[in-house]
Amino acid sequence: MAGLVTAVTLAEKGATVTVHEAGPRIGSGASWFAGGMLAPWCEAESAPEEVTRDSLDSLQWWADHVPDMARNGSLVVAPPRDQVELARFGRRTSHFETIDDRKISELEPDLAGRFDKALFFAGEGHVDPRLALQRLEQRLLNLGGIVRFGTTQSAASFDWVVDCTGMDARDIEPGLRGVRGEMILVRCPEMRLHRPVRMLHPRIPIYIVPRENNIFMAGATMVESDDNRAITVRAMSELLNALYTLHPAFAEAEIIEANAGIRPSYSDNVPRVHCEGRRITVNGMYRHGFLLSPARAAEVGRVIFPATT
Amino acid sequence: MRAYGTELASPLMLGTALYDSPAVLAASVKAARPGAVTVSLRRESAGEQAGQAFWELVRGLEVPVLPNTAGCHTVREAVTTAQMAREVFDTDWIKLEVIGQGDLLQPDVFALVEAARILTEEGFKVFPYTTEDLVVAERLLRAGCELLMPWGAPIGSGRGLNNVFGLRALRAHFPEIPMVIDAGIGRPSHAVTAFELGYDAILINTAVAKAGDPVSMAEAFRLACEVGRLASEADPMEERDMAVPSTPTLGKAVFAS
Repeated sequence: MAGLVTAVTLAEKGATVTVHEAGPRIGSGASWFAGGMLAPWCEAESAPEEVTRDSLDSLQWWADHVPDMARNGSLVVAPPRDQVELARFGRRTSHFETIDDRKISELEPDLAGRFDKALFFAGEGHVDPRLALQRLEQRLLNLGGIVRFGTTQSAASFDWVVDCTGMDARDIEPGLRGVRGEMILVRCPEMRLHRPVRMLHPRIPIYIVPRENNIFMAGATMVESDDNRAITVRAMSELLNALYTLHPAFAEAEIIEANAGIRPSYSDNVPRVHCEGRRITVNGMYRHGFLLSPARAAEVGRVIFPATT
Repeated sequence: MRAYGTELASPLMLGTALYDSPAVLAASVKAARPGAVTVSLRRESAGEQAGQAFWELVRGLEVPVLPNTAGCHTVREAVTTAQMAREVFDTDWIKLEVIGQGDLLQPDVFALVEAARILTEEGFKVFPYTTEDLVVAERLLRAGCELLMPWGAPIGSGRGLNNVFGLRALRAHFPEIPMVIDAGIGRPSHAVTAFELGYDAILINTAVAKAGDPVSMAEAFRLACEVGRLASEADPMEERDMAVPSTPTLGKAVFAS
């Protein structure tokens, strides 16, 4: 996804771009399993300041490129016994409003009576990652870009090569490590949410992101491991519990997908761009792929087109 | 503190979980200068060495590593995890945790004693995470442990030393055994109290990792350990029920008003 955002950004600046995708389709990497939250202020809870700073323009970038992007903000809640986590989250973040149960039920009628208090980050948004990838691919093709599947090798010569291969670059990218994440998709016709909900818990912070057709994504675990086997029972039960805690109606939901992915990460968990001659690397997106790709792509743009801004 | 014949450079042990990033962990370790760092093995990834990158990072901290069996609920799980840890970190030290109750993460002391016995027989140097119960402590020592790690309060709760009476009794009962307060310490003041009660070391993780500024908190704990240890070595005064003037009243000048 970092690759596609970079490709579109460069094509919009006038470059002739060819994308080489190792997989059989767009979205064969970690981004396929992403939450798609565009939450610069919520992320400040655990991410360094530069993540929030660099991601502020992202929302607009996504709004310009993915018309289906939702900009309804995000809600942060905690089960009654974990209220101190809510206070802690509030101390670490900004640009939110503390709201009571009445305001919660105005924003999310289906959550009426579930929580006494929530933090509402009105300025945040979210996209459906899979839909967003399709939109970007289409945009690239419209700009005259080419997408090739099944290999990252090419016989043709290019002026610049931008390596956005994520974990595939682990052998040539010192310091790159994998952080495993697990997610599930459920369909719950009884529930309707308008924005991502983060459920705080001292051991397993989880978010639930609504998608089209009553589908909800629940994610995501964080395991210091690059083990890419299928989702574990432990992870699945944690995610299911979080859904059930958010609303008992989820007990009747249908589990339509359960997956695991590996997030490419540097030691500070901040995505980086670096150049060696005419080869540029964009990697370490960690869990900030959607949030920071536009900013990192803009950095690549400034390297390749230094005269323009 | 001496642990199984090894003198630790500091009486502070620091856990490596829950940090926002490995970079924050490394900076916190630098500030805390701990005598050892603990690290847990995810059992599901250990087999394929999939956690390698993180473990490499922990080894790179250049602090003695005390692997733990966090998240194990049975004797068998704990023993298997300890064996994996020995291979991965090339150490016979193991912090033994066998959890018996999910909500309070309370140790299953029956399984703990059993696992401690098996591991000791296999040549491990066991650091058992236990309660302040004297009888359990006795059994652990009999099982071969030469050190005890009673909890202050449930893991991650930050409640400090819940049962000061019990901890004092445990300390008094086994004066020669090195003892580490493990779990529950939330603030540097709790750490100072632990040393004042005569404990030899403390183990913390959440208190640093989840502080607003983990690096400053790591330093605060380093200083607290120093303060606590100095104070306990200085033989603090006893409490009294009545005031004792620090200036003798006899011979004091008296001014009529």
